[in-house]
Amino acid sequence: MALIFFGAVALVSIATAVGVIAARNSVHSALLLVVNLFTLALLYLTMEAEFIAAVQVLIYAGGIMVLFLFVITLLDPARESGLALGRPGPREVVGLGLAGLLGAVLLVGAFAGRALATARPDPVPAAIAQVAGNTQQIGLFLYSRYLFPFEVTSILLLVAMVGAVVLARRRPEPTRPAARPALTTPSNGRAAELPESDVVAAERR
Amino acid sequence: MLVPLPYYLGLSGVLFAIGVAGVLLRRNPLVIFMSIELMLNAANLAFVGFARSFNALDGQVIVFFVMTVAAAEVVVGLAIIVANFRARATVDVDEIRGLRG
Repeated sequence: MALIFFGAVALVSIATAVGVIAARNSVHSALLLVVNLFTLALLYLTMEAEFIAAVQVLIYAGGIMVLFLFVITLLDPARESGLALGRPGPREVVGLGLAGLLGAVLLVGAFAGRALATARPDPVPAAIAQVAGNTQQIGLFLYSRYLFPFEVTSILLLVAMVGAVVLARRRPEPTRPAARPALTTPSNGRAAELPESDVVAAERR
Repeated sequence: MLVPLPYYLGLSGVLFAIGVAGVLLRRNPLVIFMSIELMLNAANLAFVGFARSFNALDGQVIVFFVMTVAAAEVVVGLAIIVANFRARATVDVDEIRGLRG
């Protein structure tokens, strides 16, 4: 029974993943990726990772993909996404071949490998595991054993935020000398015009 | 009856390979970025599978960090794409030559 459910969810997951890379319209790709993320959240639920499933839906499907859709509608007015699969040239053959090889290797390795763990990390102590849910257990781990990565990640988020604001800011127009009348001398009506930089011209275009 | 671990790992591998195909074959930078997200999610699936199979929560905590880092990466990557393609008005990675020596 669980295997049938897994099979159905896995089928939807693979189908939407293929749709993401094959869709001609980039908005379709984004929406199919949202469905894919939901199927993965379902799989996390079957593996008793409730907190991770919730975070997946909230952050990935609800935050990151919304950001993607914003940028797609900002940049891609025709929604036409340059499907490289149109003409089957050598690039497509090599790309598909490599990806297929990788998939085959991973698939075979998943079923042929054995459990390699000899030194396991300590699982959650049984006394805690019985009273605390998945979220509380992860909280216990996060703030004890993984405290340093937690703090580093918060700094990383701050850096990313600052970087994004700086990168996506519009460059301010260099003020023309004619707009500053205090600098003009009485003899010539206005100061010499600076040549317009090509970056500004490109951005205005 | 539980689903055995190899099934989750196999699905993770197939999704990862599909993501690789997307990165290699597509020219739109946004679709390439989405394929990268697909790969990250495939890795997350493998992590959670191992966490379940070994009954250790470390895998899930690592998934938490992977999601956070992926969010930061998407923010910065999309800002770069917006800054680059706003001035150029094409959405084709084959035409980016800014860093070419």
